[in-house]
Amino acid sequence: MNAFDWVVLLGTMVGIAAYGAWHTRHTDHLDTYLKGSKTTGWFTIGLSVMATQASAITFLSIPGQGFESGVGFVQNYFGLPLALIIVCAVFLPLYRKLGVYTSYEFLGRRFDGKTRLLGAGLFLIQRGLAAGVTIYAPAIILCTVLGWRLDLTIIGTGLLVIVYTVTGGSVAVSLTQKWQVAVIFAGMVTAFFVLVSKFPAGLGFTGAAHLAGALGKLEAVDWSLDPARRYTVWSGVFGGLFLSLSYFGTDQSQVQRYIGGASLRESRLGLVFNALLKIPMQFCILLLGALVFVFYQFQPAPVFHNRVEWQRHAAGAHGATFRALEAKHATLHQAKQAKIAEWQAARAGGDPAAEVAARAALVAANAATDAVRAEAKSALLAEDPAAPVKDSDYVFISFIVAQLPHGVVGLLVAVMIAAALGSKAGELNALGTTSTIDLWRHFRPLAAHDERRNVRVAKWFTAFWGVFAIGFALFAGFAENLIEAINILGSIFYGVVLGIFLVAFFLKMVGGTAVFWGAVAAQSLIFALFFLRHRYPLLDFSYLWYNLIGCTACMLSSLIIQALLPNQSAGENRGNRA
Amino acid sequence: MAQPPEVKPADPDASPGLPWPRTWRGVYLLVFGCFLLVVGALTLFARFFA
Repeated sequence: MNAFDWVVLLGTMVGIAAYGAWHTRHTDHLDTYLKGSKTTGWFTIGLSVMATQASAITFLSIPGQGFESGVGFVQNYFGLPLALIIVCAVFLPLYRKLGVYTSYEFLGRRFDGKTRLLGAGLFLIQRGLAAGVTIYAPAIILCTVLGWRLDLTIIGTGLLVIVYTVTGGSVAVSLTQKWQVAVIFAGMVTAFFVLVSKFPAGLGFTGAAHLAGALGKLEAVDWSLDPARRYTVWSGVFGGLFLSLSYFGTDQSQVQRYIGGASLRESRLGLVFNALLKIPMQFCILLLGALVFVFYQFQPAPVFHNRVEWQRHAAGAHGATFRALEAKHATLHQAKQAKIAEWQAARAGGDPAAEVAARAALVAANAATDAVRAEAKSALLAEDPAAPVKDSDYVFISFIVAQLPHGVVGLLVAVMIAAALGSKAGELNALGTTSTIDLWRHFRPLAAHDERRNVRVAKWFTAFWGVFAIGFALFAGFAENLIEAINILGSIFYGVVLGIFLVAFFLKMVGGTAVFWGAVAAQSLIFALFFLRHRYPLLDFSYLWYNLIGCTACMLSSLIIQALLPNQSAGENRGNRA
Repeated sequence: MAQPPEVKPADPDASPGLPWPRTWRGVYLLVFGCFLLVVGALTLFARFFA
């Protein structure tokens, strides 16, 4: 990065944060601080919902996913539009009608205090842990590639987001997210056009897509019924529906984005905006990764995309092994380029039989380079069992730094930081709100009438969670697989939390005690399935299914427990103990 | 003691204040239709470039 890149990066990021903090510095009403401005329209709500969901890792990992495995990951989002319809029709009107600050406050009104605390507690644990990762995961990648200091990057981005989130609360979060999304869109569109312009003459977008398709990178839809396959239409629609319903309907970091706003109509249209845009947007990001894959078919391609890690080992005691692998990969890569030329010639010749044969040879050549890449990862692990071998996260950022012109590099790094700040701000805002409303105010009900004190407490809690996230990111010493584990953690808890809410909405006869113990039983079942999956191959299915199983188990067990506790149900259902 | 909140889906025939569709039910059908269209388009895209 040169001075121009730094001007673009700091100008956009610090400028947006300063604008957000300055514009919202007089926010001292609790309602505005926690729910946002009463004049917020659907477009801002929609962008805010989008920015909270799309973290920096979305823009680092998803192109890498497209590069490595193709665009099939898009199926993960197939349940999202359907879930948002349900949130618009059922969840949102009720939250607004009751005027609650958090979704867990609703549980308290419907059931009792312990169910409210269970929901809020699960959220604080899960989102509090994830908050550290939201900062750490992109920082480690950016620092490795750009040579920045990890601790300063974590502290710098963490403090920046704390300043405007604490100052202006929900209003500042929505306001800054709007501009951050603008930077993200500008950056990704620029990257797409620069990438296409760098293809060899005559290839163009269509030729690149045909090559990506020939090498299996554009299999967007898989109708297979095999439950062991991680991303299929079915796991996407059913598992994804429950995951999205839980995330958008019950997770406070999302609920807070749409619960305020000018009216129910504006909140609903903000969600509809996401329902229409999310799948095409994710597909475009994945496609970008698949096109980066095509770009590297015509360039010298690294055997391992985390170059810093690779070069560290190549310069070490067993460097000869790594250099030999690099040479082998380069030779096979050149051979593959020859096969690509033969396949293109066969296509242009219009002979289907020749094209099929050339394509088979190309696929075999691609498999040979993939095998060397796998060998390279094994060599890294043999040298250092703790070595990070998942290099797909480094593909896009390495491409940006090595191939894009100055200014655009700064803009694309700004995309990553903007995404990190946007999602982080949404999380801190929600953690601060839940701590204030569901813990502090729940245990100190007399303080509820002192509005200024409530705002002050909310600010302190928001700052606390910000500092906690920075500390966690600095000192937790994440292993690579922990980051993935925390992503899977969402699916482990989300199903059960959704089950509690669905019982609240649709099973009127079930009371607080039944749903509380039903949730505990369902969560135990999910833990058992998760921890026994390696011992019993039958249980080794896609983690998306945990959402459906957890939700169904929670609802069924709540009904059964309620049937066994007939005397308590009547009293519970009448009472409001929140 | 207060009663627990009454849980009732909002009226799907209420107007969303748009020129079209005229009801929220229509908006939801539009979202669902667009979803089917996108899945169909992705299937065709994958087949075309396979």
